[in-house]
Amino acid sequence: MSGAHVLLHIDGRPVQVKAGSSVAAALRVAGGSGVARTSVGGAPRAPFCGMGVCQECRVQIDGQRRLACQTVCAEGMRVETGR
Amino acid sequence: MTNAAMAGERCDVLIVGAGPAGMAAAVAAAQGGASVAVIDDNPAPGGQIWRDGPGASLPAAARAWRDALERQPRIRLCSGTRVVAAPAPDVLLLEDAARAWRMQWQRLILCTGARELMLPFPGWTLPGVTGAGGLQALVKAGLPVEGERIVVAGSGPLLLAAAATARAAGAKVVRIAEQASFAAVAGFAAGLLRWPGKAMQALTLADARYRTASRIVAVQGGTQVKAVRLLRAGRTEEIACDRVACGFGLVPNTQLGRLLGCALAAPGDRAPGLAVDAQQATSRPGIYAAGECTGFGGSERALAQGAIAGHAAVGNMQAAQRHVAARARWDAFADRLHRGFALADELRRMPQADTLLCRCEDVPLAAVAGCSGWADAKLHHRCGMGACQGRVCGDAAQFLFGWTPPPPRPPLSPVRIATLAGLADDAGGDRQ
Ligand SMILES: Cc1cc2nc3c(=O)[nH]c(=O)nc-3n(C[C@H](O)[C@H](O)[C@H](O)COP(=O)(O)OP(=O)(O)OC[C@H]3O[C@@H](n4cnc5c(N)ncnc54)[C@H](O)[C@@H]3O)c2cc1C
Ligand code: FES
Repeated sequence: MSGAHVLLHIDGRPVQVKAGSSVAAALRVAGGSGVARTSVGGAPRAPFCGMGVCQECRVQIDGQRRLACQTVCAEGMRVETGR
Repeated sequence: MTNAAMAGERCDVLIVGAGPAGMAAAVAAAQGGASVAVIDDNPAPGGQIWRDGPGASLPAAARAWRDALERQPRIRLCSGTRVVAAPAPDVLLLEDAARAWRMQWQRLILCTGARELMLPFPGWTLPGVTGAGGLQALVKAGLPVEGERIVVAGSGPLLLAAAATARAAGAKVVRIAEQASFAAVAGFAAGLLRWPGKAMQALTLADARYRTASRIVAVQGGTQVKAVRLLRAGRTEEIACDRVACGFGLVPNTQLGRLLGCALAAPGDRAPGLAVDAQQATSRPGIYAAGECTGFGGSERALAQGAIAGHAAVGNMQAAQRHVAARARWDAFADRLHRGFALADELRRMPQADTLLCRCEDVPLAAVAGCSGWADAKLHHRCGMGACQGRVCGDAAQFLFGWTPPPPRPPLSPVRIATLAGLADDAGGDRQ
């Protein structure tokens, strides 16, 4: 692939990942343990099933609620976690 | 959005799921001259086993099937698309990142695969705890695990596959804890001689860190994983680690089939799959099912079933017949797999009273332990009412308490308001 990396923003911070990475992977690349959201009780949650079942990885991507594990990072994407 | 505004498309054969089963079904149906549409919610075809990504190297077979799909002009592939409802008997409502639309079909083949069975234990909600197949999927999609110490726990051959993937990505797999006994696993391994390919695979996956008759007691840590406590032969052991991957086998994904009214079948004590006849036809006319949604058993079985379903759906029984022997061979393998890795009763003791059963609504085990069943747990404690719609806690409660999961209701997954509006229009029209 020619553009081997893409640059996206997670909670306003620039993050560079390998092209083809999922947003779930980018959350981890951004640092920390890859938290996507906060539970009803306020605990941090990160991608769990990796396959679109558990919904623990849901984040806002360019203003839409989507699953981080089933979304491929695109150049300039803006991701907001729920923490 | 009104009915008129929501676009409609049609095809002869609609296939849901682009894993091995769906790919084989699509190619078979297209060879018979049908116009075929394949829907899959992942960004690329391949299903759970053949995932692409910066951390994956696709095997030759996966590439060959992808090419076959691409070369066949009668096949339309819709990736990143999920089925959310069935607004009419021969119509599915679909949604992708940009739009919602309806697809009308003449024959439908369900190839929706399986998901991992996740069982609750103290600490299972900590960031850094994932499914075993889940870890594999995340690594293939670029999750960096280089230098991480990983413990893989649970049951089944997927533990070894996940460990191998993590290790290839630079992780240090410090323990693989299999709940089945040594005798059961050894019996399974010895039987593999009938499937030489599988025996070879087992050898390449063999691992010095593998322990049988081991289960998780708890994952420890405040906001991330610090260590895991394991129990083996009456002794607990603590292992420092950065990540824990756990899976307890697979559960057929039958939601869509059940929504469409297809009957289930559960051989022995296995999780029920969609019931099919010799042609892979379900109990509903015009609807077929293939692959792990009929019961789990590996990609080879999924390919054989998919081919049979695809040929049968377009009336080519002779071509379907050619795959019957392969299906029987892999059915036998699946039987052996189930016997070798049957789950021990002891696993029901993993969760403690304050362990969350429902991760979406934060419902602890203690809250539902006295409930009479799903309806009770849902109504009084919101168990299974969150975004995953009971897929995770429903499977767990089935194992822990023997509760039958609730019948699925549309939408099958959280959808955008605009999509729902289209569904409401349709449903209203149908019921008048
Ligand atoms: C997380 C995970 C990882 C696995 N990894 C391996 C592995 O590395 N090696 C191995 O031998 N086996 C693996 N397996 C077992 C694997 O499921 C099978 O061997 C094989 O992939 C089964 O093929 P299939 O076509 O039946 O289903 P799958 O490959 O599961 O394909 C089903 C497809 O349907 C899609 N789908 C389901 N419902 C919908 C819907 N409503 N709308 C749109 N799309 C939908 C799914 O996203 C999926 O892409 C894994 C299983 C899981 C759950
Ligand atoms: S990690 Fe479970 S849905 Fe994305």
